Amino acid sequence: MPDMQASSMTHHAPPVNGAQRMSGAEIFLRSLDAEGVEVVFGHPGGAVIKIYDEMARIQPKFKHVLVRHEQGGAHAAEGYAKATGKVGTVLVTSGPGATNTVTGIADAYMDSVPIVVFTGQVPTQLIGNDAFQECDTIGITRSITKHSFLVRDVRDLAAAVRKAYHIARTGRPGPVVVDLPKDVLLAETEFEYPKEVNLRGYRFKARGDDAKIQRAAAMIAEADKPLFYVGGGAVGADAADVLTRIARTARIPVTTTLHGLGAFPEDDELSVGMLGMHGTWYANMAVQNADLLIAVGARFDDRVTGKLESWAPHAKIVHIDIDPSSISKNVYVDCAIVGDVRDALMRLEPLTGACRTEAWLAQVQAWKAECPLVYEQGDGRLRAQYVLERLRRHTKGEAIVVTDVGQHQMWAAQYFQFLHARTHITSGGLGTMGFCFPAAMGAAFGRPDKTVVSISGDGGFVMNAQELSVAAAHGLPIKVVIINNKFLGMVRQWQELFHDERFSHTDLSDTNPDFVKLAEAHHCVGLRAETPDEVDGVIREAWAVSDRPAVMEFRVAKEEMVFPMVPAGASTDEMITKRLTPNAFV
Amino acid sequence: MSEQNTLTPQQILRKKAQGEAIGPGEQTHRHRHIIAVLLENSIGALNRVVNLFAARGFNLESVTVGETDDPSISRMTIATTGESRIIAQVNRQLNRLIDVLEVEDLTSEEYVERELCLLKVPYASDNRVELLDTLKIFQGKVVDVTTNTMTFEITGPAKKINAFIGMMKRYGVEEIARSGRVAMKRALLFGD
Repeated sequence: MPDMQASSMTHHAPPVNGAQRMSGAEIFLRSLDAEGVEVVFGHPGGAVIKIYDEMARIQPKFKHVLVRHEQGGAHAAEGYAKATGKVGTVLVTSGPGATNTVTGIADAYMDSVPIVVFTGQVPTQLIGNDAFQECDTIGITRSITKHSFLVRDVRDLAAAVRKAYHIARTGRPGPVVVDLPKDVLLAETEFEYPKEVNLRGYRFKARGDDAKIQRAAAMIAEADKPLFYVGGGAVGADAADVLTRIARTARIPVTTTLHGLGAFPEDDELSVGMLGMHGTWYANMAVQNADLLIAVGARFDDRVTGKLESWAPHAKIVHIDIDPSSISKNVYVDCAIVGDVRDALMRLEPLTGACRTEAWLAQVQAWKAECPLVYEQGDGRLRAQYVLERLRRHTKGEAIVVTDVGQHQMWAAQYFQFLHARTHITSGGLGTMGFCFPAAMGAAFGRPDKTVVSISGDGGFVMNAQELSVAAAHGLPIKVVIINNKFLGMVRQWQELFHDERFSHTDLSDTNPDFVKLAEAHHCVGLRAETPDEVDGVIREAWAVSDRPAVMEFRVAKEEMVFPMVPAGASTDEMITKRLTPNAFV
Repeated sequence: MSEQNTLTPQQILRKKAQGEAIGPGEQTHRHRHIIAVLLENSIGALNRVVNLFAARGFNLESVTVGETDDPSISRMTIATTGESRIIAQVNRQLNRLIDVLEVEDLTSEEYVERELCLLKVPYASDNRVELLDTLKIFQGKVVDVTTNTMTFEITGPAKKINAFIGMMKRYGVEEIARSGRVAMKRALLFGD
């Protein structure tokens, strides 16, 4: 494979004290420092006690954040990675410490988030003996990691750390697990942090083919109804600026996926917002009528396409992606550019001029006017969409907004208007309830210069609420929004639409905590609004808090549903744009 | 109205490219593919490859693995079936694994394929000669014999093994062990 470049070797490790003998635990800590790690989200335990002991002794350069649940640690590392573009780091003990990170690892795998998870392991001679706090961490995480290492010899430890960070951050990013048996951490050897990575089986194509880029430019020039379809890969590759320039020069409208939000400013007239199941009607109309889709760092997920055969029926497809396995996985593409998204767009840019898209843009504008995003207002009831619109006005597109999973997530995607890359962080692929607050905490550690807003539902917030006191202890002024409809709202919506209104086990009113008291018990400020009039006051009060999280509970109408909606598995043409009687779906 | 009439030209192109059926009279084309994989010689690496087939729902007909001339590298031969879109995915997903050094779909090349089979069959004085005659036709060997059973060794392409097993069935086969396919690209020294 002559066009496959060897993995990049440009990483510059800081100088280290060569040939000094030390324990595996100290080698581990010094390796993290050499790697330039800023923050580690961790929780101690028996198998990693030596690491924590050495941490107290040698005082490494990185900050260690003691999380209160390992899952929170993994999501915090994800939030840090997504907000900064750097690799997030997690350190946990063996057995339950490792299994508690599994959801976070799977989440990072689905959403291509670079994190490295270091797990303690029982001593090598006990592996396989069902020892106390033993589990087969490598086996359990095999199908949800980009790669994993079990370090059996202290002499391999520094190289394993070096490889783990290299694999996590390069190519299509993803989670890497490094399993550290206790005896390896106790054993001693000389420490030298390797400058180069030797991974003969690891290759990724960083530079897309010239011929393909020229062909894509020709297809763009010929198209009458082109549309950019932009995913999280464009954000991950820091390609938002060049993408925005090309779209504006060529006059091509842009739709983004959930993870693509912010890659193109949504206040631009070329933006049609998000596409897919809960995308805008006009974005989906544009997809169904386009004659050319330029997919940038997107993977044709089922929440985007709905029924595959009837999706984008008239469009030729150009697909730019770093991962060859994303090409034609779900939808056959006519022109595939495998390579770094930013590099490919930078080379495409000089080949694209203004396209003849006036008629197409006029049609798109007409669709926007025909069916904009709307919700009921003026009846005195508080609705989630109103809260999100007020938050948008207050933050002016400059805050980092982290969302959980469910109705509030879709409303935030629809109503917030994202203007910058890395200002929207959510759990998309795995759809992990409980992701939001710890991820927001990770983002706040990574970007202390930014206001971080955490937006959850009442169901998801409770799943990792324990991290509130961690954020409070570190004085992080996170703005914590809880959209409380006393229901698992998205499940309720499906039950109402597709299951004859049998609201089976989705009513949370008996089991929800008092969120204001919950906040106060975790040393945070707790606030509450129940009517539209109270919203602005609560937001102002929360933004005045500067030394701890401010939790805002908004008690909203439970009957509200997210529209538009393409029912699961249905064709995009069958989009529901307003509330209909449930009988329509029988 | 048949489905074909409602498809756009672009939809027909996509279906053809993926080897999918277009009209009601057509069938999706599934083919057997032999894929050779060079990978790091470790249990973890082997596990990742096999796990990939399970996790992604790929069909796995047979898999063989053994060390190469470089003891740090092992070679797997994988037999799988699927439509062209799936086979392309199998190749790409295998290439994604960091322990995998090289993936080669031999089906697109001239290749030789062999499998080894051990087969234990009961015999009596009246059918002993007949059994050995059949074995001779298939160029097999007797590797074990007792007063009432014989164990045969036979090698060849999977089709030949299948044929031999078919011939042995009426004698009441006691036990069969098949190695799975190994395959290698032909050198083609003399061109066509």
